[in-house]
Amino acid sequence: MKAYPDKNGRFGQFGGMYVPETLMPAIQELDQSYQKIKRDKAFQQELQRCLKNFVGRPTPLYFAERLTKTLGGAKIYLKREDLCHTGAHKINNTVAQALLTCRMKKKRVIAETGAGQHGVAVATVAAMFGLEAEIYMGTEDMERQALNVFRMRLLGSTVTGVNAGSRTLKDAINEAMRDWTTNVATTHYLLGSVLGPHPYPMMIRDFQSVIGREARKQILSVAGRLPHCLVACVGGGSNSMGLFYPFIKDTNVKMVGVEAGGHGIKSGKHAARFSGGKPGVLHGTMTYLLQDSDGQVNLTHSVSAGLDYPAVGPEHSFYHDMGRIHYTSVTDKEALAAFDVLSQEEGIIPALESAHAVAEVVRLAPTMKKNQILLMNLSGRGDKDVQQVANMRNIPL
Amino acid sequence: MHKVTVVNRIQQTFDNLKAKGEKALIPYIMAGDPSLAMTESLVLTLAEGGADLIELGVPFSDPIADGPVIQQAAERALQSGTTLKKILSTVRSLRIKTQVPLIFMAYYNTILAMGLMGFCKEAISAGVDGLIIPDLPPEESDELYKATMAAGGPVIIFLLAPTSTSQRRKEVIKRTHGFIYYVSLTGITGSQLTDLTQVKKNVQAIQKMAKKPVAVGFGISSPEQAHDVAQFADGVIIGSALVRNIFEHHQDPAFLSNLKVTTRKLKTALASKN
Ligand SMILES: Cc1ncc(COP(=O)(O)O)c(C=O)c1O
Repeated sequence: MKAYPDKNGRFGQFGGMYVPETLMPAIQELDQSYQKIKRDKAFQQELQRCLKNFVGRPTPLYFAERLTKTLGGAKIYLKREDLCHTGAHKINNTVAQALLTCRMKKKRVIAETGAGQHGVAVATVAAMFGLEAEIYMGTEDMERQALNVFRMRLLGSTVTGVNAGSRTLKDAINEAMRDWTTNVATTHYLLGSVLGPHPYPMMIRDFQSVIGREARKQILSVAGRLPHCLVACVGGGSNSMGLFYPFIKDTNVKMVGVEAGGHGIKSGKHAARFSGGKPGVLHGTMTYLLQDSDGQVNLTHSVSAGLDYPAVGPEHSFYHDMGRIHYTSVTDKEALAAFDVLSQEEGIIPALESAHAVAEVVRLAPTMKKNQILLMNLSGRGDKDVQQVANMRNIPL
Repeated sequence: MHKVTVVNRIQQTFDNLKAKGEKALIPYIMAGDPSLAMTESLVLTLAEGGADLIELGVPFSDPIADGPVIQQAAERALQSGTTLKKILSTVRSLRIKTQVPLIFMAYYNTILAMGLMGFCKEAISAGVDGLIIPDLPPEESDELYKATMAAGGPVIIFLLAPTSTSQRRKEVIKRTHGFIYYVSLTGITGSQLTDLTQVKKNVQAIQKMAKKPVAVGFGISSPEQAHDVAQFADGVIIGSALVRNIFEHHQDPAFLSNLKVTTRKLKTALASKN
């Protein structure tokens, strides 16, 4: 298989660089800087040090024995990204991009955040590297993730509410891109998922691939073979691509990406791009997009802020059309049930995003044989969601 | 096979202006804000007031190159039920009444959703002359270019910015048709333009390389600014200031006649020497 993206940042028909002229030079500069640090030993060593001592890598691969027994099928392994510093996989990318920002001699970073996990991960590395950080967040997300707003501010970042459109992740990205267009000379846009114009989807995939590389080694060492199937939730698509990519050439390994089914596909209130979307251009990239027949971007819904986004990383669209990765969706209700299942079966409270992957495991494992291995990416922990879930259940805290 | 030769109204307009020693006044309005019926009246009024070319914004849900004024105009236009197809009908009906060059300013996804070929055919038959696609750099424009060639138009007008490298300048100059849209500032529409000396330097450098007209947009709001920019640029684009004016005053009974006067003032400001 050829290496993707090609030199134009394309994964087949997907990807590319659909940005205003003002940003084109910055994107090309970023691409060149990234190519440089990729081959730079000192940079890579420093990144390894940060991942080990600050992030806490490698994260464990955990055999979920009770859940396996309860479901009565495949052996379930969890890649514990919830144990990363700040509680999600997002920091794998932010540490690397913060280092890159320093290399590019920029002093300010901006970012978008949905669930607040990426925002917290940015605020954290900004504090660690002494960078100024401004985080854009939809006001609807600020409400449902109030705890993370406080964390970002505690870490010294500015959190700017975005009160446009659906007041969620999409609108936060719009505003971050406008800020970047205005302050491009001094500012690096620290994008949080495998989205946006080239080189972001490639670069963030590479930074998150540490998940899959570790998982591959770990499963080979404990089980002596590759898993039968990988499962991960897909918002923008970074934790899933991070897990899947190092297995992509292992054609016997199946891969399932789980999108947010919201109130169900038929309701129209969801964020399942591969069920309701078609190719289009948003935020600098050509990819599957939830849109109406006039090309206006649809409002999305998910109980999980981190999955509530109308587009998906272009590389996912590529593997979708190729049939290499299978995509499915899980409703709010199923995800909330899975949130309880993992908490009570394994003593791990998952992020609502990750609970979507858990729900798919709950569906899939019983259909598989006992000697088969199902490896799921537990992208984050659920502390940030506890308050929201209590509210939804009318439980006063 | 016979080829349709489209008389390019944009090029012709700039040629005529040059012959008269005039600069182009290019107002931008958001199609469908507050309604397409109003858009039709606005275009006619602007043309009568002396606008040389008119940009029609096609509303998009996620306009990343626009500041709050145009964002909100797009929201209003979408709320009033504006679609690309309806804007094309408006252009069709305008073409019975005016030959002023009309340029669409549209985000790529809106035309992509209609199909590039289908869009270009409809646009050219309706009477659209040019396309400005703020999120389509030359690198990504091959497919649209092919479609415009096959349909016989409209032409694609590319943008240059203060951040553009000399390599990028060359590329844009090679590909642009009609004129070059020079973005006066590093930022989004509706920002304040402060550093005119730098704009002048860049525009003159581009004019020297390009031998094509250069129109300047973003951040120009007053007749004074328009006058200053017209001393060196071939055209002046006025967007957010006009969009705000329309939003605030369109319900006044005298609005259209006032707009005609304002437009005339702007056109006069472009012509006057220091
Ligand atoms: C814990 C967690 N998982 C998953 C996601 C979804 O993002 P991605 O698909 O890029 O992994 C988020 C996003 O905020 C998150 O916080």
